Amino acid sequence: MPDSVTAAARRLLPSSVLGRNLLGVLAGLLVVVVVLELTGPFRNSQFATMSYYAIAAVGLTVLTGLNGQISLGHGALMAVGAYTTGLLLETGAVPFPVAMLAAAAVTALAGVVVGAAAARLHGPYLAGATLALAVGVPGLAIYFDGVFGGEQGLRVSSPRPPDWLADAVYFVTAGDLTSARYLAYIGWITLLAVLLLLANLTASRYGRIWRAVRDDEVAAELAGVRLGRMRVLAFVVSAACAGLGGAVLAMVVRLAAPSGFTIVLSLSLLTAVVVGGLGSLTGALLGSALLVFLPPAVTGLGTDLGLTGTQAAELAPLVYGVVLVVVMLVAPGGVLGAVHRLRHAWTRRRQGARDVGAVGSSKQGG
Amino acid sequence: MQQFVNVTLGGLSQGAIYAAFALALVLIWRATRIINFAQGSMAMFTTYVALVLIEAGHSYWLAFGAALLGGLVLGAVVERLVIRPVEGGPALNAVIVTLGLFVAFQAIAALLFGSSFESFPAPFGLSGFRVGEFTVAFTPFSAFVIGSVVVVMLGLVALFRFTDVGLRMRASAFNQEVARLLGVRVGGMLTLGWALAAAVGSLAGLLIAGGNLVHPAYMDGVIVYGFVAAVLGGLDSPGGAVVGGLLIGLALSYVSGYLGSELVTLAALAILVAVLLVRPHGLFSRAAERRV
Repeated sequence: MPDSVTAAARRLLPSSVLGRNLLGVLAGLLVVVVVLELTGPFRNSQFATMSYYAIAAVGLTVLTGLNGQISLGHGALMAVGAYTTGLLLETGAVPFPVAMLAAAAVTALAGVVVGAAAARLHGPYLAGATLALAVGVPGLAIYFDGVFGGEQGLRVSSPRPPDWLADAVYFVTAGDLTSARYLAYIGWITLLAVLLLLANLTASRYGRIWRAVRDDEVAAELAGVRLGRMRVLAFVVSAACAGLGGAVLAMVVRLAAPSGFTIVLSLSLLTAVVVGGLGSLTGALLGSALLVFLPPAVTGLGTDLGLTGTQAAELAPLVYGVVLVVVMLVAPGGVLGAVHRLRHAWTRRRQGARDVGAVGSSKQGG
Repeated sequence: MQQFVNVTLGGLSQGAIYAAFALALVLIWRATRIINFAQGSMAMFTTYVALVLIEAGHSYWLAFGAALLGGLVLGAVVERLVIRPVEGGPALNAVIVTLGLFVAFQAIAALLFGSSFESFPAPFGLSGFRVGEFTVAFTPFSAFVIGSVVVVMLGLVALFRFTDVGLRMRASAFNQEVARLLGVRVGGMLTLGWALAAAVGSLAGLLIAGGNLVHPAYMDGVIVYGFVAAVLGGLDSPGGAVVGGLLIGLALSYVSGYLGSELVTLAALAILVAVLLVRPHGLFSRAAERRV
């Protein structure tokens, strides 16, 4: 009975990939609006934080999950996007969506350079080069302190909600459009747009080629794929996402400073991508949520259990580290991989039970 | 001239530490094909153990020995409990496990020992030798740093070249299947490899700490430069790790001495990219074979 219902529901869905993804994104938008309107400023800013982690993480998924190139340097690419946004918004002449697009474009350009250098490298050598990138780029901001503000960084004037929008929101929900909520909206709408684009891209010819390169370079090359070009392209797409993530970060944090783009940021992105479930956009979202919501929850739990403030603050990274290790040991495919495995086991058991029933009643084994 | 000598000497002793750290990474890479990002955190942890012993009134040398022994045990335990299940699996999973350990060890250290800066004593003087009327930036402690790194390297060479255990370790790193067929207990060798590497890493941690401040994140810079050094030399070559470490130490010292310390990280990036563009598998790689 439930099977026929799901089949009927499936018939109602649009048949094209674009249509299905569009529907998914619209549903996501609805959820985002409801959640952001129902939560307070603190949660709003947490969701804003999650949005920029997630934008960068889904970009990294394309690079690491689909194309098999590891990057420990995406924090540096986010820095490029953040500084571009900061410099453009400082002039006051550019509306913020233009600044964000410019940030994505500049970072994509940086991605061409980095990707071209990285295309020849494999495994740990690529990891080492990108790790050096992660610590090197913030140094650039300190060296050219006249432009980038040195250690102090650039103060970013984040966009204020325009009056007509605030009025319209007040009219609909009778709630104020706070600055935190507005920024969270910007972040999540950007994230949904990125998700739509990437979901289509991964289902396209390019997605297939990237997977082919990841799974077997030699076979892909024999099939006519130009490895270097596809690798650089993956890097460019991934870098553009990181740049957008950096742009949102700059607006949410209101600051672009070297201390915001430490090696920890780059490593956190990689852990988010792998722990959620490598190669899947949903997995990257899950990983980013874990990154943002787990530490405060653990700290809260720690203070409830009677730990002092500093001890509770240290409990959060401890639990995060342990979660990383345990997830990798228990569920090598990440959280999403474990869910898939459980579902698979469940359907197989149900199918097995049905087969046994069928054999019992009509003796139609095979 | 005097500045040049000082910068060179400072670079050499710093490079010796990077070399030791890179060597530890290479030992683990050769044995298990894993980059141990937790190496720095583990070394930090054992250095804190030494600091606790020193503060309890024990001698520096007892604490030194205890830290190295602690590194040995910690490396073995980590390999057995956490690394063994991900060995031979997807490379990224092992990376994430070591990153998780990296985060967790730092948090444990902060919980146990506090996250404030604490000074770590040095066993030898920290004022430079005098040559004529000049004071060069080479202290008795720097001599100890270079000397102990050289001793450890010679010890490792002797172990791998001349002993039965070393031969078995090389065999299991070269080909696990064949080694197993020949009666080598490969698992034990891998554990031993991790233990030795962690002890060498602990040594690097102690040497960096001597006469400096320690806090739970003080090894973060060393892991970056140590990794860069290992990649520079070629991850399969212990000699390459040493050369890479000295090169990075010297280069960074020159950059910070003549151009400005804020360019150090950029210089590391530039050197690494330049080398990898010419030799994608490091300076001392053999001809690369690719499995089809």
